[in-house]
Amino acid sequence: MIKPENAVYSRTKVLTDNIMHYCPGCSHGTVHKLIAEVIDEMGIQDKTIGVSPVGCGVFAYNYLDIDWLEAAHGRAPALATAAKRLNPDRYVFTYQGDGDLASIGTAEIMHACNRGENIVVIFINNAIYGMTGGQMAPTTLVGQVTATTPYGRNVELNGYPLKITELIAQLPGTCYVTRQTVYNPLTVRKAKRAIRKAFENSMLKKGTSFVEVVGTCSSGWKLTPVEANQWMVDNMFPEYPLGDMKDI
Amino acid sequence: MAKIKGTIVVDIDKCKGCGVCVPTCPTKTIALGREVNGKGYNYMQAVNPDTCTGCTNCATVCPDTVITVYRVKVEG
Repeated sequence: MIKPENAVYSRTKVLTDNIMHYCPGCSHGTVHKLIAEVIDEMGIQDKTIGVSPVGCGVFAYNYLDIDWLEAAHGRAPALATAAKRLNPDRYVFTYQGDGDLASIGTAEIMHACNRGENIVVIFINNAIYGMTGGQMAPTTLVGQVTATTPYGRNVELNGYPLKITELIAQLPGTCYVTRQTVYNPLTVRKAKRAIRKAFENSMLKKGTSFVEVVGTCSSGWKLTPVEANQWMVDNMFPEYPLGDMKDI
Repeated sequence: MAKIKGTIVVDIDKCKGCGVCVPTCPTKTIALGREVNGKGYNYMQAVNPDTCTGCTNCATVCPDTVITVYRVKVEG
């Protein structure tokens, strides 16, 4: 039975053979895979430029066999703007986490989206700074315990969770703003369709496509990967509801 | 009636044994094994290989893309 002609699911060639450095069960791996599969299916491996962030996703260039740029913290949309304007025939996307995009990079992402740059933004929201050891991020939920909020996020002291995707959906430069997740087969397939649509939009000169993926950080949340998925369903989705916010 | 039979192959060296695939398996084919791989992780195994239908659920959610799924129709 184990013959190439019987294979119904195998690793795409756009992913390299490197073992990912991510913790077991990390959503980053799933999203990398979806981007690789979309690039493979669209046949754009030699026409895609990725911009990787600072954060756990910084080593994305080790795992996808395409052209990459590495941006300073939060500045991926600025680099993507330059790459896309100089190479309008290339598919350009940024891959950013919530500490990168929603905190230090807020100015860059807001203005890139407001200018309507024809790029794709993949935004991984796991409500915590994963790489640096689980500190509070702007997207951390009220009451969530992190390394810097040991008694839970306090609204009077730390403010409210930043719903940056809702803010970006207000900007006229964006054409497609959606929030997806990747914790079960149904949502993974939906997220893949959303990423594919975003890549197709970037060549139609309609504006910026913004795909938020609500993910888990089992190490930062101090849960097992399966428990982290359940915690995300119970706590993240009421604050960050899934679905398309804008699609024109 | 033709029956559908599937099988999975796990890339042992790349699997981190996160177990995200276990709840997605409708036939409880896949589970965490007792053996460890070169990185010190327990890895996923097809503990009930006869029940696999090749639905690809486990491979779809796998963060490290270590599962390859094969499916054939068996006549009879």
